[in-house]
This record gives sequence, C-alpha cells and structure tokens, in this order.
Amino acid sequence: MSFGGRVSVVLGLLVVVIGFAVWGVVGFLLPQPPTVDFTSAQTPTGAIDMTVQTVPAIGFGYQPVWVSYLVKNPQGQWIHSTVWKLPAHTRINVTIDQYDSGSPLRNQQWWRVQGTLGGQATYNGKPLSVYDSNTGNNGIGHTFTVPALNLSVPLVGVDGNATNTCGSAPCTTNFDHNTMKFSFMTPGAGTYSWQCFVPCGGGYLFGNGGPMTTLGYMGGFLDVVA
Amino acid sequence: MSTDNTEPAGQDAPAAQADQPRHMWRIVAIWFILAAILDPLFYFLVGPHVPPGTMTDNASDNQFDFNILLVIAVPVLIAVWVYLGYCIVMWRSTRKGVPDPVGGPQARSHLKVQVGWIVTTTIMVLGLFLFGTVRLITGNGSGGGEGPNPIWTPTSATVLPVQVIGQQWKFTYRYPTFGGMETSQLIIPDHTTIAFHVTSLDVIHSFWAYQLSVKADANPQQDNVAYTETKETGNVTVRCSELCGIWHGAMFNYGKVVSKSDFETWAKKTEALTAANTKLLPPFAWTYVPDANNADGGYYPDNVDPYSNAEVYGATPGKPTPVNGQ
Repeated sequence: MSFGGRVSVVLGLLVVVIGFAVWGVVGFLLPQPPTVDFTSAQTPTGAIDMTVQTVPAIGFGYQPVWVSYLVKNPQGQWIHSTVWKLPAHTRINVTIDQYDSGSPLRNQQWWRVQGTLGGQATYNGKPLSVYDSNTGNNGIGHTFTVPALNLSVPLVGVDGNATNTCGSAPCTTNFDHNTMKFSFMTPGAGTYSWQCFVPCGGGYLFGNGGPMTTLGYMGGFLDVVA
Repeated sequence: MSTDNTEPAGQDAPAAQADQPRHMWRIVAIWFILAAILDPLFYFLVGPHVPPGTMTDNASDNQFDFNILLVIAVPVLIAVWVYLGYCIVMWRSTRKGVPDPVGGPQARSHLKVQVGWIVTTTIMVLGLFLFGTVRLITGNGSGGGEGPNPIWTPTSATVLPVQVIGQQWKFTYRYPTFGGMETSQLIIPDHTTIAFHVTSLDVIHSFWAYQLSVKADANPQQDNVAYTETKETGNVTVRCSELCGIWHGAMFNYGKVVSKSDFETWAKKTEALTAANTKLLPPFAWTYVPDANNADGGYYPDNVDPYSNAEVYGATPGKPTPVNGQ
C-alpha cells in the first residue's frame, strides 16, 4: 500500500474512533427522565396516592410509537418518566389506567398479583389475585413489577375488539381502558428497579428491546429515600 | 562500548563474586522460613473464611480448593517479595561496597535456574490440572452446570428437583414435586441433595447462587442440570452472571436454606396459596418455548411442539428419585 493509502486508512480509523467517542459522550450527556418527587405528597393518613397510565404509543418524542408508562405528578400533570422518588416505609396507593391491548404472557407467573398489601389488586373495582390471559380478548397488556420487592401486578389489556382506543399520550379516561388499583409498602432507603415483564417491545429481539430497554418507557427506578 | 571498560570488569568479576556471600542460599532460607510460617497460618486462620463458605458440599469443596490454590500461591508470592526485597536491600546503589553490575555470560543464562524454574512451574501447573480434574469429578460437577445429561450425578438416592427459569430480568423457580408451583424466591431444605434444572425463556442468563457455590448457564430450550447438597441453613444471594441486557445488574434476588420441616411447611403452604396460578401455568417441562403462548416477540418458529417431553423425574434408570424435601 502506498504512503498516501496508509495515511488515508489511519485517518479513516481515527475518524471512526472519534465518532464513537463523540457518540458515547453525547449519549451520556443526554437528559435522563426527570425524577418525579412524591415525598411531600403524603395524604393525611400518611399514605401516598399515585396515578399512572400505560399507553400503546407515547405519541411524541423521538420514538412516538413506543409503548410507555406515564405518571401524574403531585401537581396533577402527566409526566413522561419512570423514575419516582418515594419516602421509605410508606404506604403507596397506586392507580394504573391501562390503555394498551394485551397478549398472552411468556411466563404465566406474571399474571399473579404478588407482594401487594393483602396480596390483591382490583381490576375495574373487582378483587383480582390471578388473571388468566389465555381466555377472553384482553390478555395482559403489561405488568408493574419490582423484582427486589417481589411485587408484581398484571395490567389487564383492553379488549382486542375495542374501537375507542387511545392513540397517544396522555390518554384520558374517555378512551377504553382498564383500571388496576393496589397498595404496597416501600422498603428502606435504596434504589429499586422496576419493569414490565410482558415482552412488549414489538419488533425487537425477544420483544425486550426498544421501550423495554430504554429508561423512561417500560422500566425505571423507585428512588426510595429515608 | 569500549574494551577499556569491559576488560577489567570481566577480569575482576570472579574475584568479586568470590568475596560475596551466598546470596541464593540466603534468599532460599528466608523464603523457606517465611513460607513455613505464613502458609499454615493462612490455611488455619484465613482459610475457614475464604468464600464461598460451607453452606453446601460444593461450597465446602470449593473453599478447600481455593485454599489449596492459595497455599500453593502464597510461597510463590513470598518468593517474589523476598527476592525483590533482598535485591533492594543488598544491591541498592547507595550501599557501600556493592560491586558494579556484572555482564557477560552469567547475566545471560543460568542453566540450573532455568531448569529449576521450568520443572517447578510444570509440576505446579500439571499438579493443579490433575487436582482440579479430580475435584471436578468427585464433586459431582462441583456445582457447575452439566448440561441436560449430567455425567457426574450425586450418590444420594433422593434429590429435590428445583427448576430455575431465567427471563429478562428475573429468576423464578418451579418445584415439580410440589405440583409444579412457581415462586419468585428460592427456598430449599437443609441436608438435602438438590438438582437445579436451569433454563431460560429468552436470552442466555447464568444462575449463580453464590453461597451454594452453584453456577449454571441458563440457555433457552436447554435443561442445564447442576447438583449440590445443602449442609447449613442461611441466606442465599442469587445473581445473573451473564450480561443479559440493560437490567442485568438488577437481576438478583435472595433465597434461603431452611430446615427440612420449615421447608415442608413453606412448600405446602405456597403450593396451596398458588394453586390457582399453578393451574394456569403450562404443564411442568424441563424447557419451554415461549411461542406456546404466542409471547414470542416474533422470533420463535410457529407450529412447533411447545414444550419438551415432560420427563417423569426419577423414571430414568440410574437417575435419583425425587423427594419432597424429606
């Protein structure tokens, strides 16, 4: 190879290396989902009420078609974030409005309500401990699961034949949805990851890519503080 | 190089060497005394605390193996330190009477040292290879996954089978001798031989029960069997030790080794508590194909037999009989 050729190869490789470095630094500096602080939102009973929704498509941002969680902050605004700050050893009353359709589960273990206060949740006002996603038209849309706490609640999907479905977030209760309610106690201070256990990252390997592996969509952290 | 400089050094070297004490024997003597003192001290004082502990036969065996390796390594470490320390003290440039460095043939090679080094290290490496192989075989795989057809099976007549299912990003556990119930926490009885059947529903994970000294890859559609025998009660940390995606670092949970009676109580209670869920689970099988539930993410073939043949555990001649923890 000529001298010029060798110089070109070296410069080319240098550009590639610099490109990767810049890509890495920019990726690191990109803003993460904001932390939604519930520590000063305790009700007179000392509990905290949280309202969450899951949507079939977020409708905005750089991946508008991804499924996602949203949370309503103490001021009543919907926030696209999955990082929630909670006080330790506190009862959390969670209401999740589920606007997505469902499917069978990869591991049917996740259709069982686990780790909630009383070992139950309510599904549209009715008690629920196990939901068979192989029957009916609903299936399980998503789960809210905190592995370290052995906490898991299946979010029953919207009927597959529903016509009044929500297209983008935030969804209002005028659209077809299912409401799941449950309570749990936060543990001691620490950071606890949570995620959906339905492989809902359609189009990605094993359904576990895209929104399943991007913070702010189908997984996040409970930032529990003392 | 000027011959004026090298010639006198070459001539003076034998005389200077004759005046020197026998450094090699000094180093060997110091090394021998230190090794003879520190090795037993290490084995008896530090050895019992070396991970992974003594909760299972594998853990005890592995602790012993680590101690043997360290007992061999400590004299090597001491030899290096003694040699370096001796050189620094004896031949430091500020010390009076130190002869100039000697070049020539003696600096290039020393046949006895070379042969000694090669023979010693060869014996050590081959010895450790034999030791490790024997320990692997006699330890029933030493807690490692042996694949679906284990070569080394425990001598115990009965075992408790526990299936470990990896999924991005959590392990769950099924107990085929308790109706196939599935739990989120690993609970096993004390003084019992356990057969872990490790599999995955998606990517490759690795089941690492640290205190049990069990580590087996969780491969999709593979039944990877690892054995251990519990010896003590206590807490167990389970981690995934195969990078499996963004939440790999969060793929851990805790389990317990409890007394046989406590295990029996827990298992029966959990079996009853999860009966409604168990009824809806797929029939127990050694491996699972997610496509059976259409939860395949589009990456599994359609129209395949969803589950492996649900072998009746213990039906195969030569394989241990399952027990309910008793």
